[in-house]
Amino acid sequence: MPFIPHTDDDIRDMLAAIGAGGMDALFDEIPAELRSRPLVGIPTAASEMQIGRLMAERAARDGRQLNFIGAGAYDHHVPAAVWAIVTRGEFYSAYTPYQAEASQGTLQLLYEYQSMMTSLTGMEASNASLYDGATALAEACLMAVRANRRSKSARILLPVASNPRYRETVQAVAGNQSLAFELLPYDASGGQTRVASLEKYRGQDITALVIQQPNFFGTLEDVDALTDRAHEAGMLVIAVVNPVSLALLKPPGEWGARGVDIVCGEGQPLGVPLASGGPYFGFMTTRMEHVRQMPGRIVGRTVDLDGKPGFTLTLQAREQHIRRSKATSNICTNQGLLVTAATIYMSLLGPRGLVQVASACMERSAQLVDALTRVKGVRLAFDRPRFHEALLLLDRPVRGVLEALAARGIVGGCDVSEDYPSLGNGLLVCATETRTAEDVEAYARALADIMNSAAAA
Amino acid sequence: MREKLIFEHSVPGRSAAAQYPVESAMAPLPEALRRRTPPRLPEVSELQAVRHFTRLSQLNFSIDTHFYPLGSCTMKYNPRACNQYAMLPEFLGRHPLAPDATGQGILQCLYELQEMLKEVTGMQGVSLTPMAGAQGEFAGVAMIRAYHKARNDHARTEIIVPDAAHGTNPATATMCGCTVKEIPSLPNGDIDLDALRGVVGPGTAGIMLTNPSTLGVFERRIGEVAAIVHDAGGLLYYDGANLNAILGKVRPGDMDFDVIHMNLHKTFSTPHGGGGPGSGAVGVSERLLPFMPVPIVGREGDSFRWLDEHDLPQSIGRLSAFMGNTGVLLRAYIYMRMLGREGMQRVSEFATLNANYLMARLRDAGFELAYPDRRAGHEFIVTLRHEAREYGTNAMDFAKRLLDYGFHAPTTYFPLLVPECLLIEPTETESKQELDAFVEAMIAIREEAQTDPAKLKGAPHTLPVRRLDDVRAAKQLDLAWKPA
Repeated sequence: MPFIPHTDDDIRDMLAAIGAGGMDALFDEIPAELRSRPLVGIPTAASEMQIGRLMAERAARDGRQLNFIGAGAYDHHVPAAVWAIVTRGEFYSAYTPYQAEASQGTLQLLYEYQSMMTSLTGMEASNASLYDGATALAEACLMAVRANRRSKSARILLPVASNPRYRETVQAVAGNQSLAFELLPYDASGGQTRVASLEKYRGQDITALVIQQPNFFGTLEDVDALTDRAHEAGMLVIAVVNPVSLALLKPPGEWGARGVDIVCGEGQPLGVPLASGGPYFGFMTTRMEHVRQMPGRIVGRTVDLDGKPGFTLTLQAREQHIRRSKATSNICTNQGLLVTAATIYMSLLGPRGLVQVASACMERSAQLVDALTRVKGVRLAFDRPRFHEALLLLDRPVRGVLEALAARGIVGGCDVSEDYPSLGNGLLVCATETRTAEDVEAYARALADIMNSAAAA
Repeated sequence: MREKLIFEHSVPGRSAAAQYPVESAMAPLPEALRRRTPPRLPEVSELQAVRHFTRLSQLNFSIDTHFYPLGSCTMKYNPRACNQYAMLPEFLGRHPLAPDATGQGILQCLYELQEMLKEVTGMQGVSLTPMAGAQGEFAGVAMIRAYHKARNDHARTEIIVPDAAHGTNPATATMCGCTVKEIPSLPNGDIDLDALRGVVGPGTAGIMLTNPSTLGVFERRIGEVAAIVHDAGGLLYYDGANLNAILGKVRPGDMDFDVIHMNLHKTFSTPHGGGGPGSGAVGVSERLLPFMPVPIVGREGDSFRWLDEHDLPQSIGRLSAFMGNTGVLLRAYIYMRMLGREGMQRVSEFATLNANYLMARLRDAGFELAYPDRRAGHEFIVTLRHEAREYGTNAMDFAKRLLDYGFHAPTTYFPLLVPECLLIEPTETESKQELDAFVEAMIAIREEAQTDPAKLKGAPHTLPVRRLDDVRAAKQLDLAWKPA
């Protein structure tokens, strides 16, 4: 029997010890009329060899494309050591470290992770992860409502230039708790959120402003001015950032005169593969004054009975298993294994390695924009400082072009024309350090071919 | 045995240089947007990092190293094949927004997983997107709310929760903008039906139930519960935390539940990962089909595609930026295919056999059961109130001393109704010999409690640290390392 160790003798002895006549007697409290029929809709068992073959065939069918999409998930090199360690059974098959003394490995690692993330973002406290970047933003908005005690409105300002999928998720997750989200426009020529648009809210009660840096178009926002204006108006500021970009970009803790209040984002760029969408992890950091409003697990360093240092889950009075309906969130299980990957990744890259990755991304992305905008019918939407992503505008619908590229093994970018109809045929492209000059050249050649042929027009 | 912090291994100028990309030109960034001081990340060699994190791993208990009878968490063996085949490079390298045409293989796996979960739960539709049990609960209650709203029944905002429920149930109700009505359990562990009749009414949105309950026993009058709630206009939510107990035996859909979440990281053996990732797929009855969270995999002939808000305009929306915890879903798919039709039933049979056997042996050894007259589901509760009173050794002392004996502790002090309790869930993948050894350890610890209670009070003695000062941890917050 797969994964079940019992011999016939074991079964007989165990039933005798229970005093049960047979396996069926173990279910005698379940009313007979509720008992299931055989599960004919489920295939019969496959051996490890058979399922291995099936999965290999399915994977081969999907093949391997040359990828130029970012849009919230980024194709970075993951050092071999990362997943070799992550998949060690001691990390892979452990659970939430409720028994601290038997979980010091996971707990110390989480403490090291919290230390790295607070420094990377310029904040004072980090939780041990949330589900993903989008839900981290939703939780940050809910946290801001708790933390901004002077505000009663639960109104949150979200830039149109922030990730549309994040905005949808925030609405789905936080919308049931009477939060109201209002959209801030971007400058049509530069692709940046308009600082002046905050003027409209002068004198009103707004709980928080969200700033995504770099924004969804890859463009860098004027984060200092946005932060200061929001703070002057009594709002809290929530930063949504790409952790790799923070090797080069000013950390949110230093934005404006006072720095932001809550930082969150998608942790996937730190050692987690694209993997068709997950599992990734969301990160969140904040100032000490707001730490009790932060959702999710938090690890603290303390001492044991002998005075030796050790690590334990702390501030649990915020959480659902203690506070129940009054908890900061219903979150329980988070994304521990992915945080393990990120911590090993950041340790291997170190401060200089992360700078090199971020610089290589910017250089490669600039080359990509340069090569693609030389193709007839392709132009750059916003010519402002960027990180590693850019919005291109095509002279024809994006979808057909992407399909033609996919047929050549190139995943050419993210079609944003539905999310931003006023921009026209928007194509968001990204290149990271994993794309070579040859890859960029191959994309540009294929795109030129397609744009020049009538078929795709 | 203590391992230094990674920062204490750090030496300025050292690096794992093989991981660096080729040198590139310094980026042209406006001065005002630049980082001025580098982040405090460690500077270590690749070997130092590998050694450090390998050593840290060795400080953990895990399923792969220890019996881990943590009640309500279903810590069963995570087959290695599930990990290996979910991590094929084609799956790992695929961007979630790549065209559906480039992902037919993975989409087919996910579609078939949806179908298998429908079959095993008796529900009419499944969405795989929730990323943990608590998010599955959120999706379920949000769908219940959306259903009532779509019928212009705006007064239905009360969620009924038994007092034995997981803390996530009431916390979820709050996140969905609902209020919580708690109802008591009877001394035999069943729901108090009179109390239930007393709270239902025009404000009832629904009830959240686990069956078997967190008390480890099957709610025998589930048919009456369903009728009372449905007659009052509410819907029934099944918390699938304990699905392992009834897999292939009873289907929540046949018990008249309207919505269910499944913890794939429990029942379908995906790894717990030191606290995630989980996966909380939801299944729904006919009337909640339009409200399922997106995306969902749809099938048209032989091809598969993502269904989104355009296909389900009444959907409660998107719960993640992309597609939930896809890699976890692949692992669950592989596990279900390896078990097959006949293996599903075996899971609940042997999980229940192990729980009832361990319960009988502990009872025979003189431990008090919380529900001695009931059949255990896949888990059961021992109360150590006598040991606490007579020897001054409480449930936490037993739990910590078990660690010295090489067993992860059961869940302690949950459910809240039973004093000094251990909630014990052995799962089907443990052998009789392992269970016997656990019983011997419990007997030995009780003897120590009688003769040398300080041994328990000071436990654990053999682990990397002794009992930790939680009060100090919360009062003198030290949440991040800083250079001296």
